[in-house]
Amino acid sequence: ADKFANYAMEDQFHNLKPGEVDAGTSIMAVEFDGGVILGADSRTSTGTYVANRVSDKLTAVHDRVYCCRSGSAADTQAVSDYVRHFLAGHAMELGRLPKVSTAAHLFRNMCYQNKNNLMAGIIVAGWDEVDGGSVHCIPLGGSCVRQPFAIGGSGSTFIYGLCDANYRPGMTREECLEFVRVCLSHAMARDGSSGGVIRTVTI
Amino acid sequence: MASAGAGYDLSPTTFSPDGRIFQVSYAQKSVSTSGTSLGILCSDGVVLACEKLKNSKMLLPSSGRRLHSVGAGYACAVTGFASDGRQIVNRAREEVSSYKDTYGILPPPSVLADRLGHYVHYFTLHGALRPFGATATVASYDSDMKECKLHQIDPSGTCHSYYACAAGKGRQGAKTELEKLDLTTLTVEQAIKEAARIVLTTRDEKDKDMELEIATLAEGDKYQFKMCGKEVVSEALKWAGEQLEEDMEEDDDE
Repeated sequence: ADKFANYAMEDQFHNLKPGEVDAGTSIMAVEFDGGVILGADSRTSTGTYVANRVSDKLTAVHDRVYCCRSGSAADTQAVSDYVRHFLAGHAMELGRLPKVSTAAHLFRNMCYQNKNNLMAGIIVAGWDEVDGGSVHCIPLGGSCVRQPFAIGGSGSTFIYGLCDANYRPGMTREECLEFVRVCLSHAMARDGSSGGVIRTVTI
Repeated sequence: MASAGAGYDLSPTTFSPDGRIFQVSYAQKSVSTSGTSLGILCSDGVVLACEKLKNSKMLLPSSGRRLHSVGAGYACAVTGFASDGRQIVNRAREEVSSYKDTYGILPPPSVLADRLGHYVHYFTLHGALRPFGATATVASYDSDMKECKLHQIDPSGTCHSYYACAAGKGRQGAKTELEKLDLTTLTVEQAIKEAARIVLTTRDEKDKDMELEIATLAEGDKYQFKMCGKEVVSEALKWAGEQLEEDMEEDDDE
């Protein structure tokens, strides 16, 4: 009962444990023919204080597979470290580049099995020779859906309409990069927990 | 022959002075007392065939299966002790299932074969365990790379990938016959008949009654495991019988 008293006090932190750091965030990833583009803002906040204004939320889990992290910084770092470890062993046994869907599956298993203890919204994106570029969205509950593009984090709520209006299937790499920049800029402009610089990764 | 081991053959954890592990060799020997099994990698799939020697006329025809499905795109033929082989097949099924749960994809052929090799090998280095007296021939389809593979795991745990392979009593003769086939153009349909012919060729007259089991992973079935029905098998055997008679007549003419 005492455990839950703490949570009630820290309600403004949206289920973060006391003192935990939030990656209140805007993240997105887009697939194009031949690869993917990932983008994220760079603000890490603890309540209203910006703990890190240049953080890197785009994390590599293998040579051609990255993930965008949103939610609790600790949780997403821990999960992506585990996935990096398992994916490395898997790729070694496989003898070739792992599939992005395999990486997404590993993330999903971990997020779903531990859903009561985690706050992690992750977008997995990368390239493999079987499926080409692909984007997989793993929101809070631990579901996993492959989508042509995905947005996440607290800032994403402000740009659903913008993204739907501006997205076209079959965009080139340069068009996708522009799409990511425009959408994230708007999200960061309106969301208090998102800001700093836009980091992008092209695979 | 009787004193081949001379004290170094009591346990798989002992090397002999000339660098052999006799228990593993003995296990391989026991595999070669079993009915012949063949695997053929064709242009459009894989064919596995087993000569099932029937010990008794009272046996139900379909019992004593030697060909097993291990997952949707996999087939496993067992040569040697049926009970040992059953253990390997069960392990293969668990591997496929747990790999799918962990990684979301079916294990590629080389990964499954490698894991079975590890498993079989484990039993060759523990004092309380004995090696498997069985060879597993595994046919698999890799849906990502879109190709079929054939692997064979013998009692030592060694695992190789083959164009065609044989195990059991008639393997020497079978291997010679298999080398004569042109595997780049051979289809699954033809291979079924050729497999029947090779099994009949390598049989001894005084061998017991046999039943032929054939299974395929064929492009036409989307590479799903399929046991050949009675009609297909008996047709193949009939064709094979005719081929053998023709060969014998040719010999007579000379």
